[in-house]
Amino acid sequence: MNARTFLVRGLLAGLIAGIVAFVVAFTVGEPPIDTAIGIEEASAAEAPAEPAADEAHTHTHAEEGHTHSHSDEEGGITRTNQKTWGLATATIAIGVALGGIIALVAAAVAGRLGRLSVVASTALVTALGFVAYALVPFLKYPAAPPAVGSGDTIEERTAYYFAFALISIVAMVAAVVLGRRLAAERSAWTGVVVAGVGYVVVVAVAALAMPAVNELGDFPADVLWEFRISSILTLAALWATLGMALTWLLGRVETTPRAVA
Amino acid sequence: MSHSVAAPLSGATAIPAVEIPTVDLRELAPWALFAGLLAVLVVFFVSTDQGAVSLFAGSAIHEWVHDGRHLLGYPCH
Ligand SMILES: [Zn+2]
Repeated sequence: MNARTFLVRGLLAGLIAGIVAFVVAFTVGEPPIDTAIGIEEASAAEAPAEPAADEAHTHTHAEEGHTHSHSDEEGGITRTNQKTWGLATATIAIGVALGGIIALVAAAVAGRLGRLSVVASTALVTALGFVAYALVPFLKYPAAPPAVGSGDTIEERTAYYFAFALISIVAMVAAVVLGRRLAAERSAWTGVVVAGVGYVVVVAVAALAMPAVNELGDFPADVLWEFRISSILTLAALWATLGMALTWLLGRVETTPRAVA
Repeated sequence: MSHSVAAPLSGATAIPAVEIPTVDLRELAPWALFAGLLAVLVVFFVSTDQGAVSLFAGSAIHEWVHDGRHLLGYPCH
């Protein structure tokens, strides 16, 4: 097994994961997005005389003062394309990118995490990746549907989101390195517990220290709930499929050469 | 595929050995650098371009990946 063995399978697994994530996102995510866009357009149409209030609720591409173009004609991209091919492009691109990264991390830790097999350590890497880059960032800065959030704060909110995700990823890597050392020097139990508690403490402190984002206004709670559930389901589908596909593909490699050789 | 694994095991017993294959980190580094940069770029275009930061003018990329940006949890609006 070499780097290429892992990378090629990671990209393929990511492609599969992106397709599955698209199916989930389209099925459960598009209905609340459509509802949210309806709310956005209704509030934009209601307040044309108040540009300030209007801007606060839609994200403007300031130059022409027009609001975020969700309607069928603007920008040359129809809603139909946006929710099918556009959405699929996004989930597949993210799936392939994450698949590549996870596969290379799995390559780096293979045979180096105690006595875990390649399949087991790869499954662990994917699970920890989901926690560090999807679940924990979601808990602090949950996804927001269209119509929520001001165009004026998009820079800050993007910076907070990625800063927190970065802290989470770095903390997770550090926790695994520390846990691995403790597992070798003390016991596996000590390693796992110290790593797990350490990671939770670091991200909890970061979450408490970092600014909160709340721009919900009077957005309906039921649509918000439906949207956020669909968002975490999409992320879970992406990561779970990535883990299953990658471990399956690597499992075939791990066992075949022994029989052939 | 993997000579490093097969070698110590070839012609040996039918019982699978405990040895787990590893990848030489010096071999891995250039792959990680190249693929890592590419992946970050892809994530940037899906998650952020023509939003908080604009590498390309306009809003076509933003609009195309728009629903994915929202559902994958990235700040869009
Ligand atoms: Zn948007």
